[in-house]
Amino acid sequence: MNIHEFQAKELFADFGVPVSKGVSVKSADQIDNALQQLPAGPVVVKAQIHAGGRGKGTFTDGFKGGVHICDDTKSAAETAKKMLGNTLVTHQTGPEGKVVKTIYLVDVCDIEKEYYLAITLDRASGCPGIIASTEGGVEIETVADESPEKITKVLVDPAQGLQPFHKRQVAFGLGFSDKAQLKQMDALLTGLYQFYWEKDASMVEVNPLVTTPDGNIVALDAKVGFDESAMYRHPDILALRDLDEEDPKEVEAGKHGLSYIALDGNIACLVNGAGLAMATMDIIKHFGGNPANFLDVGGGASEEDVTEAFKIILSDPKVKGILVNIFGGIMSCKVIATGIIAAAQNVEITVPLVVRLEGNEVAEGKKLLDESGLCLISADSLSDAARKVVTEVSNKQA
Amino acid sequence: MSVLVGKETRVVGQGITGNFGSLHANKNIEYGTNYVAAVTPGKGGQQFNGKFPIFNTVHEAVEKEGANTSVIFVPPPFAADGILEAIDAGIELIICITEGIPVKDMAIVKDALKKAPGTRLIGPNCPGIMTPGICNIGIMPGYIARPGKIGVVSRSGTLTYEAMFQVTERGYGQSTCIGIGGDPINGTNHTDALKLFNEDPDTEAIIMIGEIGGTAEEEAAAYAKEFVKKPVAAFIAGTTAPPGRRMGHAGAIVSGGSGTAEAKIAALQAAGIAVSPTPSEIAETLFSIYTP
Repeated sequence: MNIHEFQAKELFADFGVPVSKGVSVKSADQIDNALQQLPAGPVVVKAQIHAGGRGKGTFTDGFKGGVHICDDTKSAAETAKKMLGNTLVTHQTGPEGKVVKTIYLVDVCDIEKEYYLAITLDRASGCPGIIASTEGGVEIETVADESPEKITKVLVDPAQGLQPFHKRQVAFGLGFSDKAQLKQMDALLTGLYQFYWEKDASMVEVNPLVTTPDGNIVALDAKVGFDESAMYRHPDILALRDLDEEDPKEVEAGKHGLSYIALDGNIACLVNGAGLAMATMDIIKHFGGNPANFLDVGGGASEEDVTEAFKIILSDPKVKGILVNIFGGIMSCKVIATGIIAAAQNVEITVPLVVRLEGNEVAEGKKLLDESGLCLISADSLSDAARKVVTEVSNKQA
Repeated sequence: MSVLVGKETRVVGQGITGNFGSLHANKNIEYGTNYVAAVTPGKGGQQFNGKFPIFNTVHEAVEKEGANTSVIFVPPPFAADGILEAIDAGIELIICITEGIPVKDMAIVKDALKKAPGTRLIGPNCPGIMTPGICNIGIMPGYIARPGKIGVVSRSGTLTYEAMFQVTERGYGQSTCIGIGGDPINGTNHTDALKLFNEDPDTEAIIMIGEIGGTAEEEAAAYAKEFVKKPVAAFIAGTTAPPGRRMGHAGAIVSGGSGTAEAKIAALQAAGIAVSPTPSEIAETLFSIYTP
């Protein structure tokens, strides 16, 4: 689960991580009041959407840039008004872009040098890892490729927690030597790690972290993600979730306990098990088709789950064919077939439907499907199913 | 023969008095698995379906019934605590089926495992482990397996079933099938499983199923290249997965260009492992390099 920059900055401030003064607004009439709360002088106007590349993005009306530095409050107010309600397209939003519903107005901070700082899970060791680099404002992957020696990585034993020596490794790794700055880094890292750990963050990224001409260290940007499995114990964080930023089909699927991810192809898949669902997308592609989604209905694949899954799949107008791929492990294929038939009757299916059933009592399950009178195409294996659905969809388009 | 589980396995079921746990524990018992105890705090002193005692703590199950293996069906908020209790009680093999354990809780568990070399964890978020014909712990359907000489290791439940089924359908069988789970932090990884199968005299060939996220498959490829002389076939799921999205499993995510299917497939091929082009041809791929 991701949150907006302004929300992350507020959390940073709660944990004692220094950020520049900023105020968020959701409507034009809040802008003047918000600007009055900032110190006089230039203001940064930042569109708040859950996507990177905002600065280089373009609004659909042609206005360029989701991040502007404005010399005075008048131009800041004008810029904020142009962004609010406008749709911003960046390399991460897709061509449809995202509607900007919140603007973050921030006091401009003079920069001496930029750094990169992040805390995330190091999967290989199973420990929280702090990653720091002297190349701020640049994507860390680029630095890792081009100049890995500029990156300092420190693993924290989760039972011991963050120790002073970890913080020294990071601060010295970034080249700090001034006593006052080392002290600031110590406090900043304490706050950042405490936030990461206590709030079950999956990633905390500050890019850039900057030093100012007067020697202060400030988190200029903030990108934060949380571990969804842990959100049951953080209602305060869960309240920050912005459903407008998520695909409505994915939100709907989540309500029914289904795991759904929208893709840009035209062959929908309905599968039990996450690995098999991924592999089903892959095999569609392998035979020349394009998957419209990832969808795991769970191990049981009950009638209710399958019905909801069909509804979600069919709400995507791009879908021109459906592949149902169920491996009945513990559950009988008869039960699954009955569920598919009932679901298909509940929902009007107007595109070719290919069904591949395998596992427990598969012959009986297939018989039920064949005798159901439903217009579906039965497949003998996953390859057969993928080939059939790809052929059906391409014939339809031809 | 087999790895990790066999005739000596004495299972304690943690959280098997709930609906899901009891369904699968009963299926495991029907299969012939030797369950000796259950643990559900507060239900100590009762019996599980009149078959074996329920205790309040894992320690009691170890002391009184000689349990050496634990299977965990405890709900996610309490599952890590269940694993830590089993480690503390000296259980040798812990199989955690639970999906959705917070990563932070698993980081603590991983740390505890490093300090307890006598304990191995399989999972979490996994279908379990099975030595066909002898012992089935977890939620794998028993009928899709038969005793044989092919070791199967996988991060995905249903893809494990696909591979097992493909092998069985062709008239062959499995030595042991290990579901290592789809979480970013797990107890046993691909390399550990390869090592076990490589050292098991009755495993002749290995099927390894991976997916996007992390670098466990690449590490296993490096290990296989150096140490494994047995034929290995692999499949990697997620070639078409968009970057930055978690594909159902918490651990299945391509982040910052790392963990891609392409990188994993390239590493496996470079190690001389036969990679199946589709999930339909996993067994076929193995039998193209291995004659049973």
